[in-house]
Amino acid sequence: MAERKRRRFSITALPGFSTLAIVTFLVLYVPIVTMVVYSFNASMSVAVWGGFSLEWYVYAWNNTLVQEATVRSVIIAVCASGIATTVATMAALGTTRRGRYKGQTIIYLLINQPLMVPEIVTAVALLIVFASIKVATGYTGLAYLIIAHSAFCIPFAYLPIRARLEGMDLTLEIASADLYASPWRAFRRVTLPLLAPGIAAGAMLAFVISLDDVIITEFVKSAGQDTLPTYMLGQLRRAVTPEVNAISTALLVLTVLLLTLFYLLTRRRD
Amino acid sequence: MKRLLFTTTAAALVAGAAHAEGELNIFNWGNYTSPELIAKFEEMYDVKVTITDYDSNTTALTKIEAGGHGFDIVVPTHSYVPIYIEKGLLMETRPDQMENFANMDPNWVDVDWDPGRHYTVPWQWGSTGIAVNTTAYSGDINTSAIFLDPPAELQGQINVVPEMSDIMAMAVYYVGGTDGCTADMDILRAARDVLVAAKPSWLSMDYGTTDKLSSGEWVASVNWNGSTFRARLANPDVQYGYPVEGYPLWMDSVGVLADATNVENAKLFQNFIMDPENAAMISAFARYSNGIAGSDAFMPADMQTAPEINPPAELAAAGRFSPACPKEVQDIHTAIWTELQK
Amino acid sequence: MSMDMDRKRARDGWLLSAPALVLLILAASGPLLIVVIYAFLTPGEYSGIVWDFSLKAWFQVLFERDIFDQTVSFADAHLTIFWRSVRLSLVTTLLTFVFGFPTAWFIATRPPNQRAMWLFLITIPFWTNLLIRTFAIMEVIRLDGILNNALMGIGLLSEPLRIMYTDTAVLIGMTYVYLPLMVLPLFAAIDRLDFRLVEAGYDLYATRWQVLRRIILPIIKPGIIAGSILVFVPSLGAYVTPRLLGGGKKMMIGNFIELQFGAGRNWPLGSALSLILLLIVGIALIFYVRASTRSDANG
Repeated sequence: MAERKRRRFSITALPGFSTLAIVTFLVLYVPIVTMVVYSFNASMSVAVWGGFSLEWYVYAWNNTLVQEATVRSVIIAVCASGIATTVATMAALGTTRRGRYKGQTIIYLLINQPLMVPEIVTAVALLIVFASIKVATGYTGLAYLIIAHSAFCIPFAYLPIRARLEGMDLTLEIASADLYASPWRAFRRVTLPLLAPGIAAGAMLAFVISLDDVIITEFVKSAGQDTLPTYMLGQLRRAVTPEVNAISTALLVLTVLLLTLFYLLTRRRD
Repeated sequence: MKRLLFTTTAAALVAGAAHAEGELNIFNWGNYTSPELIAKFEEMYDVKVTITDYDSNTTALTKIEAGGHGFDIVVPTHSYVPIYIEKGLLMETRPDQMENFANMDPNWVDVDWDPGRHYTVPWQWGSTGIAVNTTAYSGDINTSAIFLDPPAELQGQINVVPEMSDIMAMAVYYVGGTDGCTADMDILRAARDVLVAAKPSWLSMDYGTTDKLSSGEWVASVNWNGSTFRARLANPDVQYGYPVEGYPLWMDSVGVLADATNVENAKLFQNFIMDPENAAMISAFARYSNGIAGSDAFMPADMQTAPEINPPAELAAAGRFSPACPKEVQDIHTAIWTELQK
Repeated sequence: MSMDMDRKRARDGWLLSAPALVLLILAASGPLLIVVIYAFLTPGEYSGIVWDFSLKAWFQVLFERDIFDQTVSFADAHLTIFWRSVRLSLVTTLLTFVFGFPTAWFIATRPPNQRAMWLFLITIPFWTNLLIRTFAIMEVIRLDGILNNALMGIGLLSEPLRIMYTDTAVLIGMTYVYLPLMVLPLFAAIDRLDFRLVEAGYDLYATRWQVLRRIILPIIKPGIIAGSILVFVPSLGAYVTPRLLGGGKKMMIGNFIELQFGAGRNWPLGSALSLILLLIVGIALIFYVRASTRSDANG
């Protein structure tokens, strides 16, 4: 109770939590700042500082291979996280707060199955199946990668949404049903807004997971479909050049600019 | 806004891919293909070349075998070439009848993995040896004892690249074997014992040797010659040793796939890289030798004298090519490897 | 409840889940059936499999025939690798919770119009590729890295700490990599916490600890469980981080299975190992889902 005297008591505060949170945020950004700094490194290596230079930006700018790989990564991640989040939201609604029904456990296990085996196993299995489809249809486009990414992103989108749904207050939905709202209307006007933070969390996870994937992509990709991670995997054995730092920094700056713009625009509307 | 940006960039990518006459899809190790070489080939034949990377022979073979990959050219290591040929994955393009074949170094024509060169053209070749930072250790570095029986100065600071076949071969040579794929149990047992005894004095089993050797994170490592060369350019203290007991040689070789769609362009490429000037571009980029006579004249001056590229005569004979080991031997290697990394 | 209601509930449940299930069966679980078949075949000479039935892979999972004297013994190498993976994954889960819970709490208690910004701040580092992040972490913790130089600069250390290539390095890397997988589900759960309940607790003279334990934790439990699954299960099969930060001297399950599909050329063993992993994790999840739907039905 001594604390209550010292400052205004806040019911949302827990001792030490804010400090630990700020420390976590700072630590998260230490490697990112390192990457940004090293993208201006003049030396050939990622490990030895050789003075300031824009050499790697020039190099990345002239290297269409690494640019195409980066854009491809983002395209796949946007498509896959969109698809995964949509189907995962539906599945979460279908498996949570309905009491028990036959097959629920099976659905749950299937949804989480991609988490349960190391990537290399899924990668080999997908290679065999997709390769025969590629041979049979002659189509070798990006759709295979998007489908594969969508599938393994589903659990990452599903679990946060489910966590949000579980035990969510039903009274508002029941009230809206009592007011003769159609189920779809009740969902759109009541459930969806309540669910939004869960969906946002799930979508963000799916996006990040897709962006990071190496092994499944390596096995599923066709000619000319390197993503930034597989491009780097190829370099790993020899030497990773700092151009990847440069292109990642550029991508980071672009993201932050877009987000700031988005933030400013939505704030003005409020 | 964001979506708009992505779609326009995507559209630009698609449009950019369409203008050239023909196409050629190359499947090669990452960071291994000289961009200048590709630009020259594209201009000369009006062909749009697409490079896709892989990171290991097994991944490449698995993908090619599965089919539907869309590649025309692959660059396997010599030990994998007979596997590709046996499985019918390579096309018999007869490089030996091509115009530029006259430039081929006679030493590389009748090789075990492709006698008479009916399928493949050399890309680059090199050795797996020992790199040591000589400020930390000034003794003899031309021995595998550097990592298999390390001197006190190097204890706990050694890296070993996680290449199972190379490391097994070096251990086998070190204990007196001559065949990297030997099935002689006494030799294999001795090789295992020496590896297991040496492991506590290793720091890591990792790639990225060029960087960590030049930055001093590691003072010694099993390493490839070209990588050591690049490390030495950044840090002159790094020297390359050729183990006198024996060390692996390898040659990555360009072959055309049996299910290639751009066969003519692929053959043009095989012929193209047998031109000494073009072969020199390959070497100048990744810092390994090629197999083309007369390419030296076009190479950067530092390569013509580099000790990593030109082994001393008395140690040159200790370098050996090994095939991919038969299944029984491979299983023993895997078992030893598992014991080593458990 | 009537039979009709039950049937409708099940039908709707299946219908809503159908798109996800189709996608998963097409591009995840379905193709895995191949792996089930492979586990009962013979490894090919240089890659893949040959179509000869064999149980050798299952034998090899548990037992090893000594290479030299041919005696059969329990495969303790496999057990060592498995146990290391479980141990490191458990510690990783714990660490991500210790750092992730306060962070998620912090985000969820910001004013509503700021929450999205904080959420983005937590995910932005992860928009940078995993390999680049891992290299950057190496830059921080290596012998001549930022951390050692900083600590020696302020006089806390006289000699650099060797962190790279130790289990500590793997834990640092895995905690970093998996942190958002803990924070985001926790955030989704805390965000719906009704603070009137917390207030009521304080009004009844509960201490902070009691409020945390009796009110907050039970309500956000689904988030904790979701986060723990998302961290623990994938980290069991982690591949890149142990290989790069751990220096590859000690394998985890992910690396070991990769070895079988790669240089080891033993796809049946790799398949059998991954099926066993699937089974263990699957059983654990069944227990969880049974427990959570039971409390769901009661609550």
